[in-house]
Amino acid sequence: MSIGALTKVFGQGPAAVVALEGLNIEVRAGEFVCVIGASGSGKSTLLHILARLDEATAGEVRIESRHVALIFQEAALFPWLTAQKNVELPLRLRGVEKEERRRRARELLELVQLSDAAGRRPHQLSGGMKQRVALARAFAQDADLLLMDEPFGALDAMTRDALHQELELLWRKGEFSVVFVTHNVREAVRLGDRVVLLTSRPGRVAQVFDVDIDRPRRHNTPEVGELSRSITDCLLEEVRAHGH
Amino acid sequence: MATEADVEARLTGLDALALAERTQPPRTRTLWRATWPKLVAVALVLLVWQAAVWSHHWSSYVFYGPGPTLSYLKHLLATASFWDSLGVTARRALEGFLLAMAIGFVVGAATARIAVLRSALASLLTGLQSMPTIVWPLFGAMLLGLSNGAILLVVVLGTSPFVARAVLAGFDQVPPILIRAGKVIGARRLSLVRHVILPAAFPSVMTALQQGWAFTWRTLMTAEVLIPVAGSIGIGTKLDNAYSQQFFQVMMAYMIVILIVGIFVDALFARADRAVRARWGLLSQAS
Repeated sequence: MSIGALTKVFGQGPAAVVALEGLNIEVRAGEFVCVIGASGSGKSTLLHILARLDEATAGEVRIESRHVALIFQEAALFPWLTAQKNVELPLRLRGVEKEERRRRARELLELVQLSDAAGRRPHQLSGGMKQRVALARAFAQDADLLLMDEPFGALDAMTRDALHQELELLWRKGEFSVVFVTHNVREAVRLGDRVVLLTSRPGRVAQVFDVDIDRPRRHNTPEVGELSRSITDCLLEEVRAHGH
Repeated sequence: MATEADVEARLTGLDALALAERTQPPRTRTLWRATWPKLVAVALVLLVWQAAVWSHHWSSYVFYGPGPTLSYLKHLLATASFWDSLGVTARRALEGFLLAMAIGFVVGAATARIAVLRSALASLLTGLQSMPTIVWPLFGAMLLGLSNGAILLVVVLGTSPFVARAVLAGFDQVPPILIRAGKVIGARRLSLVRHVILPAAFPSVMTALQQGWAFTWRTLMTAEVLIPVAGSIGIGTKLDNAYSQQFFQVMMAYMIVILIVGIFVDALFARADRAVRARWGLLSQAS
C-alpha cells in the first residue's frame, strides 16, 4: 500500500481546515507500521481514507490489498449479535454458506482465545475481550491490510500488554500488514517495524524511525525505552512549536 | 520471552477475572418487589373511590361504589354478549394496530433514509401526531359512514403518524460508529439497513410499539363511542349505550374493563421491550 502527496481539507473557504498535507507513506506487504502524532495530526482521518470511509481532497492512494479491515478504539461490535455472529457477519455479507461461516468463525475465535465466549453478547464481555472479537471479525474479512485506530487506548495497562503480545503473535503467524495509529510512543515502538511521526495541524510526515529490535518484544526493555525517549523528544518539540 | 502458551494463560486469566462478578437476586424477591407497589396503588384507588361515594356529593344511583360495581362486573363476565363485544373490540384493535405499524414503519424508515421525504414529511408527521383523537372518528364517519372500515381507518390514522415518528427517531439514533463498522465489513445500502440499521434501531421501535398501542387503544375507544356499527358492537359502544340509558353501574364496569385491557396489553409490550433491551445490553445493572 502506498499513498503519495495525500491531502485532506475539511470545509471550504476561510473556515477550511487542512487535516493532512502532502503525506507520503509506503507500507510493504507484511509490514507493521505505527503512526503517531499529537492531537490534530489527522491520524484517524488517514485511516478513514485508507478504509474508504472518506475521500482524499488530493493525492494518490494505492492499495494492492484484497481486503482492508479497520478496528476502532471502541470495539464497535454489534450489540444484538453474539461474539460468534459478529465474526460471522462479514462472511455472511460476502455470501459464504452457513456451515462454512460457522466453522470459520469458530476457528477465528479460537485464534484470539475466545472459544468459550462465542455465545456471549458484547455487553457480557470485558473491554479487552471485545477488542479481540473485533480482531477476529477483521480476520473474517480475510483482510491483508489491517488498520487499527488506537485500538487499545481505552484498556487497562495489563490487558493492553497482553493484547500487544497477542497481536504480535498473530501478525507473525499471519500474512497481513498493519497500520497502527496511536498517541502512545512506547506502544508504537513495542509493536512497529517502523514508526511514522506526524506533525499537527496540518498533519505531515515529520520523521520516520526504523525499529531494529528483535521480536518478540516487551514494552519494558531498555531498547524499547531508549527509542521511545528519542521519539518522545521529537514529538514534544513538535507540540512546543504550536505553543508559539 | 513470551511463548504462545504464556500469552494464552494470561488472556484466560484476565478474562476469568473480568467476568467473575455478577450475581442475580432470587426471582421470587424481584417479583414481589415489582408487585407490592401495584397492589398498594390499586388499594389506594379503591379507597379514594369509596371515600368519594361516602361523601354523598352524588346520589347513590348515579355514582356507584366499588362494591356494587365490581359485583356487576362479575356478573358481566359471565355473559356471552360481553365476550362477544370484547372479541369485536380486540379484533379491531389488532387489525388497526398491525396495519398502523406496517404503514408507520414503512413511512418512518423511508423518511429516515430518503432526504427529500425527510424534508417533506418530518414536520407533517409531528403535526399529525398532535391532532386530538376526537377529530379522526368524525373524519372516518364522513368518508366511510358508520362502518367497520371507518373504525379501522380511524385507528390507523390515529396511530401510524406516531409510529412513523418513532421509527424515524429510532433510525436517527443509531450510533454512527456502528454504521461505519458495518460499511468497513462490507455492508452497502440495503444490506446496511438490514444487518446494521434495523437491528440497531430495534429497541427504539419496540418502545414505539408500546406507545403506539396506547394511541391505538385511545382512538379505538373514541371511535367505538362515536361510530356505532350495527351488528358488531364493541365495548366502547357498550360504554356509550350504558351512559345514554343511564345505567351508570354498567358504565363504570365497562370503564374498568377498558382500563384493565389497556394496562394488560401495555404490560405485555413492556415485557417484550425489556427483553429486547436486555438482549441489546441496554439495561443498567440497577434496573
